[in-house]
Amino acid sequence: MSDFIQQTGDTIKRAADQRTALRIEGGGTRSFYGRTVDGEVLRTSAFRGVEDYEPSELVLTARAGTPLAEVESELAENGQMLPFEPPRYGEGSTIGGVIATGLSGPCRLRGGAVRDAVLGCEIINGFGEHLAFGGQVMKNVAGYDISRLMVGALGTLGLITQVSVKVVPRPVEALTLAFDYTQGEAIEAMNRWAGRPLPVSATCHDGERLYLRLSGARTGVRSAAAELGGEAFSDPEFWPGVRDHQHGFFRDAPGLWRLSVPPATPPLDLPGATLLEWNGGLRWVATDAPARMPRDAAAAAGGHAIHFRGHDGDDVFHPLDGTRLALHRNLKRAFDPCGVLNPGRMYAGI
Amino acid sequence: MVAIPRSIRTRAAVAADLRCLLPKDSVLDDEESLRPYECDGLSAYRQLPLVVAMPETIPQVQAIARYCRDGGIPLVARGAGTGLSGGALPIEDGVLCSLARFNRILDIDPDNRTATVQPGVRNLAISEAVSHLGLYYAPDPSSQIACSIGGNVAENSGGLHCLKYGLTVHNIMKLQVVTIDGELVTVGGDAPDSPGYDLLALMTGSEGLLGIIVEVTVKLLPKPESAKVVMASFDDVGQAGRAVGNIIAAGIIPGGLEMMDNPAIRAAEDFVHAGYDTDAAAILLCELDGTPEEVEDDIERVRTVLEESGYASMQVAKDENQRQLFWSGRKAAFPAVGKISPDYYCMDGTIPRRKLGEVLSRMEALSKQYDLRVVNVFHAGDGNLHPLILYDGNNPGELERTEELGGEILNLCVEVGGTITGEHGVGVEKIDQMCVQFDSMALSQFHAVKEAFDPGRLLNPDKAVPTLHRCAEFGGMHVHRGELKFPELERF
Repeated sequence: MSDFIQQTGDTIKRAADQRTALRIEGGGTRSFYGRTVDGEVLRTSAFRGVEDYEPSELVLTARAGTPLAEVESELAENGQMLPFEPPRYGEGSTIGGVIATGLSGPCRLRGGAVRDAVLGCEIINGFGEHLAFGGQVMKNVAGYDISRLMVGALGTLGLITQVSVKVVPRPVEALTLAFDYTQGEAIEAMNRWAGRPLPVSATCHDGERLYLRLSGARTGVRSAAAELGGEAFSDPEFWPGVRDHQHGFFRDAPGLWRLSVPPATPPLDLPGATLLEWNGGLRWVATDAPARMPRDAAAAAGGHAIHFRGHDGDDVFHPLDGTRLALHRNLKRAFDPCGVLNPGRMYAGI
Repeated sequence: MVAIPRSIRTRAAVAADLRCLLPKDSVLDDEESLRPYECDGLSAYRQLPLVVAMPETIPQVQAIARYCRDGGIPLVARGAGTGLSGGALPIEDGVLCSLARFNRILDIDPDNRTATVQPGVRNLAISEAVSHLGLYYAPDPSSQIACSIGGNVAENSGGLHCLKYGLTVHNIMKLQVVTIDGELVTVGGDAPDSPGYDLLALMTGSEGLLGIIVEVTVKLLPKPESAKVVMASFDDVGQAGRAVGNIIAAGIIPGGLEMMDNPAIRAAEDFVHAGYDTDAAAILLCELDGTPEEVEDDIERVRTVLEESGYASMQVAKDENQRQLFWSGRKAAFPAVGKISPDYYCMDGTIPRRKLGEVLSRMEALSKQYDLRVVNVFHAGDGNLHPLILYDGNNPGELERTEELGGEILNLCVEVGGTITGEHGVGVEKIDQMCVQFDSMALSQFHAVKEAFDPGRLLNPDKAVPTLHRCAEFGGMHVHRGELKFPELERF
């Protein structure tokens, strides 16, 4: 067992004995996300390095503190990528942070979400026990799917020490088309196209135009582009800007809400500007309107709203109903009964 | 964990109670009616349930759950009963809840590309119902004509197209689940993600231990415009295995990538006359799908890779009929093997693909050591092996030897970094191998998760996750299964 795992396990055990809280931090680039945690900082960034990567297996295993940039450059050298195109909210982004926050980027539309790619996790639970779940193979139904449960759990169930993810080949060809559509027209068009086998890998409506990225085999991409029309668009900064929130829309936002709704939902009646991704399933709303407005609008459409930036450190995630909240409490107790790991990062008391 | 005493109520008393909660014809308690429910697809394990309940509405399921919780009665859910690991095996003193009457497709939403169905709907029926929209439901277990979507979710079923299109967990959006307390919980949602923990992933593949699934919303995908299959034969199994790695290393993700060894080829060819090369040591079936242009490109790339990998011969299915024919042999591999042996035992380990050569040669050695033939069909693209051990249950001791060999094969899968089950589930069948794959701390964590949902341990008890006590008794791998729990084991 590595020194890091031994020491971190001891730290967690001690905190559990003393009923004190720990705040887990990787690169610290996603610390804005979620509720405020008061606790001693427990850093994972020293535990780094790609442990195993065999391109023909389409699997990469890395320690949690491995910089995302390192993972992605190693994949790129072998013509591969992470299927979910994770955002980098800063230089220090780590793979552990990517898994713990579970935020996917533009390619989620085709490549799936972070959780879809996770094959195995090693964690330290709130008892200080080091546990391994899942593995390095695509198909594995032995035991409950604890690995995927860790995705987006914000470290409240376990400190992730290592993760194995599925990777995919980089597309041979990618090009972007732009259309002068309103938001409503864009939603209708994106969902119509999504019902057809087209090589669409990302969509974005930034309030003014619809951008559509096609990627895959050269012939397939070109024939789809010829059929769909639109205007060729070739700003290499565009998709990374949407992904990492460097696009002008995000820079000027007074407060930022992240709404997840059924994609074909018509434009929502909310004050402020909206940027759509994932065929309309993801809606970023820049507004300082009272929280109940985006929450109600998302819920009415069958989705939920997260106060992504500009929140008060308390009211961040969409409230859960009674039964679901009870299950969350029970699960927290199953992994971390003393409330050591990032307590309250997601919901009060969890 | 404190052991909770189970009910000792009689069959007649439980049936009478349930008849107060459900329509009279929804409760079965005479032996003749119970008999069809005594096993699922793993017929080596049989057990009559105390009572079978066949609810038709969600409130009825809720009432059954509350009744079982209050009475401390085990509750086992059952879909179509096609599972291969005994997940729906009844409990002697428990209620078996059949979801067969939950058989309606509730809603199809073409704009958002989802379908909401009841759990008893057959897997294939979903694709058939949305075919006119150019859509389909991707996971396609070989039993898709019969297996139900609720069972697919409970087992996280796979199929022939997992590498590209994922397992059940990747293709569902939302579940309605009844807890043992009789509460109805929505898990997941209609949006791309939902707040809180990923209970949808946790529930998928939980083998009926956490809740009873009463409604499923699945994702629908556009049907590929074109699909073609390439069949290549090899003189050496290891070479075929390397060809698989080479295809993937070349950046190609086939829709399906299957491998069969010579005994499997012969059995399948005799059974369906698919046109397989019966002299080949192994054949690969590689399906490419996408736009017609993409498919043509990919076929050329696959051809080059296969050439470089040293194939003996290669053939592209000339039309849709021949494509179906090529697949028919693979899909019929299990029944075909059933023709050449009185009994067979199907394994489900998954290994890292690069270990294939090593695993195959060690399996061959084990096969000799135990003096039992092993036939291999293999979801090569995702590393999921289905070795079929051939035996004759009429020969004394042969089933025991078969199960022991099966255990050795699963150990081997774990040893090379794989898993004991890729898609069939643990159920009762592989519960002892769980002691090999997980240490006691991880197993305790699983039990704690179970406790979070079902503190009385009434939902499908004694399946999927072994108690630490059981693992201690099991003591690694060297215990004969027959000495443990089911001395009356019947033929598979």
